[in-house]
Amino acid sequence: MKDLSLNELHQGLKNKDFSSVELTQYYLNQIKDLNTDINAFITIDEEKSIQQAQQADQLISQNHISELTGIPIAQKDIFCASSWKTTCGSKMLDNFYAPYDSKVVDLFNKSGAINLGKTNMDEFAMGSSNETSYYGAVKNPWNLDFVPGGSSGGSAAAVASGMSPAATATDTGGSIRQPASLCNLTGLKPTYGLVSRFGMIAFASSLDQAGPIAKTAEDCALMLNVMADFDERDSTSIKRDKENYTQSLNASIQGKIIGIPKEFFNDELNDDVKIILEKVMQAYQSLGVNFKEISLPNSQLSIPVYYVIAPAEASSNLSRYDGVKFGYRASNYKDLEEMYLKTREEGFGDEVKRRILVGTYVLSAGYYDAYYLKAQKIRRLIADDFTKAFTECDLILAPSSPSTAFKIGDKTEDPVAMYMQDMYTISTNLAGLPAISAPAGFINKMPIGFQLIGNYFEEAKILNFTHQYQSISDWHKYSPGEVL
Amino acid sequence: MTWDIVIGIETHVQLTTKTKIFSGASTEFGLPANENACLVSLAYPGTLPVLNKEAVMKAIKFGLAVDAQIAEYSVFARKNYFYPDLPKGYQISQFELPVVNHGYLEINNDGVNKKIRILRAHLEEDAGKSVHGIMDNKTGIDLNRAGTPLLEIVTEPDMSSAKEAIAYAKKLHNLVQWIGICDGNMQEGSFRCDVNVSVKPSGSDKLGTRREIKNLNSFRYMEQAINYEVNWQIEQIEDGHDIIQSTVLFNPDSGETKAMRSKEEANDYRYFPDPDLLPLKISQTDIDLIRSSLGELPEECLKKLTVDYKLNEADASIIVSDKKTYEFYQSLVATGLDAKITANWIVGNLFAKLNDHELSIDDCPIAQEQFILLIKRIMDQTISNNAGKKIFDLLWEDPNQNVDTLIDTLGLKQVSDVSAILPMIDEIIQNNPEMVEQFKSGKDKAFNALVGQVMKISKGKANPGQVSELLKEKLTKS
Repeated sequence: MKDLSLNELHQGLKNKDFSSVELTQYYLNQIKDLNTDINAFITIDEEKSIQQAQQADQLISQNHISELTGIPIAQKDIFCASSWKTTCGSKMLDNFYAPYDSKVVDLFNKSGAINLGKTNMDEFAMGSSNETSYYGAVKNPWNLDFVPGGSSGGSAAAVASGMSPAATATDTGGSIRQPASLCNLTGLKPTYGLVSRFGMIAFASSLDQAGPIAKTAEDCALMLNVMADFDERDSTSIKRDKENYTQSLNASIQGKIIGIPKEFFNDELNDDVKIILEKVMQAYQSLGVNFKEISLPNSQLSIPVYYVIAPAEASSNLSRYDGVKFGYRASNYKDLEEMYLKTREEGFGDEVKRRILVGTYVLSAGYYDAYYLKAQKIRRLIADDFTKAFTECDLILAPSSPSTAFKIGDKTEDPVAMYMQDMYTISTNLAGLPAISAPAGFINKMPIGFQLIGNYFEEAKILNFTHQYQSISDWHKYSPGEVL
Repeated sequence: MTWDIVIGIETHVQLTTKTKIFSGASTEFGLPANENACLVSLAYPGTLPVLNKEAVMKAIKFGLAVDAQIAEYSVFARKNYFYPDLPKGYQISQFELPVVNHGYLEINNDGVNKKIRILRAHLEEDAGKSVHGIMDNKTGIDLNRAGTPLLEIVTEPDMSSAKEAIAYAKKLHNLVQWIGICDGNMQEGSFRCDVNVSVKPSGSDKLGTRREIKNLNSFRYMEQAINYEVNWQIEQIEDGHDIIQSTVLFNPDSGETKAMRSKEEANDYRYFPDPDLLPLKISQTDIDLIRSSLGELPEECLKKLTVDYKLNEADASIIVSDKKTYEFYQSLVATGLDAKITANWIVGNLFAKLNDHELSIDDCPIAQEQFILLIKRIMDQTISNNAGKKIFDLLWEDPNQNVDTLIDTLGLKQVSDVSAILPMIDEIIQNNPEMVEQFKSGKDKAFNALVGQVMKISKGKANPGQVSELLKEKLTKS
């Protein structure tokens, strides 16, 4: 079962080769075997998962089966799920049970999918290595000494290790694509507004977007079919007709144009990564795709712009964790102010505090114009660069991550080196564009991905291009432990 | 040295919407604590604000009523500060781009009209309440009010006395109720004023340092607070002290204002556009639609009463002080009643009675058709005005009675028959030669006394107007 795609699992359930309970139990056993080492899950609740599987089997026996009915999916612990603990990787929410489902969880529940458990993540999704989690670092299944990437490191590690066939994730600056790259997976960050943020715990509201992490483009398409839905409870959710993302996977891409941004393919690009990306280009060439050099002149400003805007929004979004209403509250305090101070001092980790401080600073009187306002203006320029580029090409090829996974502990003392992990992914979050990372090969036995960026709402095109690549390549088929 | 007083007012007007400004929770007042505290009100992780359109419509309505510009594009911003009754740690408000800009309200103070400029009006959510003293050593939080829509209306510093400030506040209070965007209930906090006060040497161009009197929810307190504050500031300056910009509270028991915190230690609110909400775009079509539903405004009604109906300013002002009164008055005049007599009866008699009993016009026990009949009987001279008052009192006591029956049973019908009145006049002239003599030598008082005598022997039934006319005729002829 380990290597079966979502569609193969669907066929197996439909043909009664196995039941949803059997399937779910299989993955729960995998988790029992592997999670102690990998630490991909924060919360497992066998009873709840099996109960859901029984209901799914009931549906399947009545031939009420849709694409994901009966299939277990791991949920990033940023999505509120009623009666499940939702921690967002933070001590602050270690005791938090939401009385509601996030829109994403609700959609999976309605599709009959099984919630397999809540996956580990960087605290409040702030991090690129999954080391900032209150629940401990997640290990990369390809080598347990290495990080899986972050912030959706738990989701990536769960899928890569075979503890779950697919998982939900979120991407604020690269948190889906970078772990996908580091764990040999396919991860899609949709257009901002395509997937509802309702019930998804906010980090930076104008950048946060949920998407799938899975083995293949096809699996991502099936996941996105469930996740993409208008939601009137999220004012930034965009109302548009539902698309079937699997429909055009097999369309020919002959004669299409992939843009190569010169700012990404420069001397700074790691030589090994460059070689890998050139091989990806050769593969696309064999599929009849043409290449065109394009320019994204403001993209080098993405990291500084992001580290103004994201912390600014985060500093405000995280103000609600004050010990008054829910979550952690310090036990000893003499007055209200001390209760606030101790609660937040004890409840948040270092990286979260760092970003709250930065965000508070850039919004302060006297600094707002110089930082926040200027960053917003550059953000617009970055988005304009993409709009212009897409008049010349269908999709843009870029690295996903500057390198393969690094060792646990390697970058924890150097936040800026850590921030550079997202140098190729952040500009699309600032522009609100969709982008995917898919397996591109291995460097020293560690996987790395390539990135395809599309224009707004061109997820179908991105998935089509990726699926076409995966139909002539094998990288995505490798699992940890296999000799390379 | 004489001083100029400079006053600006910020009013928080609670909009009468069924649900909160960013969630579907009810806005009903007076429920048990936290009954209306939905997940959005509680700022649960992952919950998001969704704008209530009704609140926007009401803000636009206000903008149109004060002849302001309605912003095509306005932005909700977060005002960040920590407080236990502010669950998100920020208040959603409007900062740089409010929905209403540059309007005015015209006030009348001692017969002088003055335009008070309204700088802006913006939408925001109210906070909850901290409740002290019901739990041992603990503060309770009631979030029922958290998220209730407010329109904050900010004037330019255009008022120069407590009286002008009160005139403005009353006018605004009337207007927001008139156009149906606020219930005006000041005890429940639906209409609260923050008053900025400063003083400067008379004629000086330079504004003095202001202090802001927070949360005044009664006109009487507002007047006391401003007067106290003005005197306090003048004394301070005359004693050689500087005024420190600060926020003060008015204590109704002591009648004094007292600083709560100086602005230097105040929060830096770190305003920035709320990324959870899209910019608010308002189309001309929306504006036109709301304009067409606006109806007559108090100002136009006042003009109609003074110009078309020729009522005096004082009576007209009272009638338009409240939309229900105005509509009641108009419904009476529409039945053919005389505009002036009707106004006199509403302002003089009906209001006096309602005020005595602390009732509003809705609670008037007298049926409208009996009230109309009463005024009709006065107009057609069936009864005198005095007899009318007697009947009015009886109707108030027992609303089931009928005006005409009362006139009959009490014998209040006045005598307007010349042949019946003339003999009485002759009798009085004959019996009071001295008074007649006094009248003829130019004493008007004597005339009134003679009329009184005639009324007396008619047992009050003679039509007083007719008596005085006939008497005058008789006395001047002879």
